[in-house]
Amino acid sequence: MNTHKITQLNDANFDEWIKTADKPVLVDFWAEWCGPCKMIAPILEQIAVEEEARVGIAKLNVDNSLEVARRYEVMSIPTLILFKDGQVAKRIVGAMPKSSLMRELTPHL
Amino acid sequence: MEHKKVIIVGSGPAGLTAAIYTARADLEPMVIEGEPSSTSDQPGGQLMLTTEIENFPGFPEGLMGPELMTNMRAQAERFGASFKTAKVTKVLLDSSPFALYTSDQQDQNEPALTCDALIVATGARSIMLNLESENELIGHGLSTCATCDGFFFRGQDIAVVGGGDSALEEALFLTKFANSVTIIHRRDTLRASKIMQDRAFSNEKIRFEWNKTVTALHSKDSVLTGVTLEDTATYENTMLNVTGLFVAIGHSPNTDVFKGLLEMDDAGYIISHSGTHTSIDGVFACGDVQDHKYRQAITAAGSGCMAAIDVERWLESQH
Repeated sequence: MNTHKITQLNDANFDEWIKTADKPVLVDFWAEWCGPCKMIAPILEQIAVEEEARVGIAKLNVDNSLEVARRYEVMSIPTLILFKDGQVAKRIVGAMPKSSLMRELTPHL
Repeated sequence: MEHKKVIIVGSGPAGLTAAIYTARADLEPMVIEGEPSSTSDQPGGQLMLTTEIENFPGFPEGLMGPELMTNMRAQAERFGASFKTAKVTKVLLDSSPFALYTSDQQDQNEPALTCDALIVATGARSIMLNLESENELIGHGLSTCATCDGFFFRGQDIAVVGGGDSALEEALFLTKFANSVTIIHRRDTLRASKIMQDRAFSNEKIRFEWNKTVTALHSKDSVLTGVTLEDTATYENTMLNVTGLFVAIGHSPNTDVFKGLLEMDDAGYIISHSGTHTSIDGVFACGDVQDHKYRQAITAAGSGCMAAIDVERWLESQH
């Protein structure tokens, strides 16, 4: 798996990373105990490689980074938030197939 | 178009057990496992949304639902089962081989797959409340997955709708996080098992609203703030302020693509006979899709094993 393409974010590095990103960033709010989160993990790994030019993929574990999760009112995981220029451009709640995910994301890339 | 001897639709305990057994019988089964989602309609099925499973024999310390399903899938794969991450959109069962269309195929004009024997193990899904703004509030206070979302309701007052084992299991799990959990039930007694009832009644964070149904959802800034409860006898309305609502009011079989093709009961469950045979020769059904009575991981797995053995014998009898 191409996990090296995926950035691990936390409460400490989140703001800096989102602010300085040179392309849109899709952040996956997830946790170990969430079944549907596990389901979309491989899909995000694929997108990280295939769409590397257009979007960065990052993961934020809500278990140890609750502050960022609270700030963005994440109440259900997985939640995927696409950030463009540091701003929320799109919010996707719940797991879904890759084709549906790309349909949601593409207009914003 | 690809041909398989055996195709299994569904990847819960029934489908995966059928896959393990048919793979070990060298039938090279293909499992059409479903698509990722945050409802129980996903690869792995309903157990993907549960936490600790304490009653699956062989695991004295219990294990997590997703872990059990990941293990079953790996076991099926080890013996040569193949997997397709897609949903079946249409089936043709009027002649042999049977034909299947799947959600991932580009050309919908001809079937993606054909097979000699078909095992239907599509399971059941949770019923929703069918209230206005229900879909918009999913992920914003309304949840289909206590294990996914319970964590976010730390210190809050929340509610669970339902009176069966799943409702009580969710409520007990949620007490780990919530300030209080109100169980809303339309009757004055619970359907749940004795052990779950005892646990719920002795949990000081759990309270009950008996003989009540949820008739409206209230929200502010797109986040749930409360629900309207209606008394089933007096029709009196009361407001319950909760920031989280978890729905566990029962199940409905995933049989839409088989409607009109396989014999079903009034609720849409497939009728199986002589083990796992259905109304069409060569089509077999196992797990919750043909069982609204037992609905356990172990009974689903058991009937998946039966379906695999029935398929093996049926294929032999075709020569």
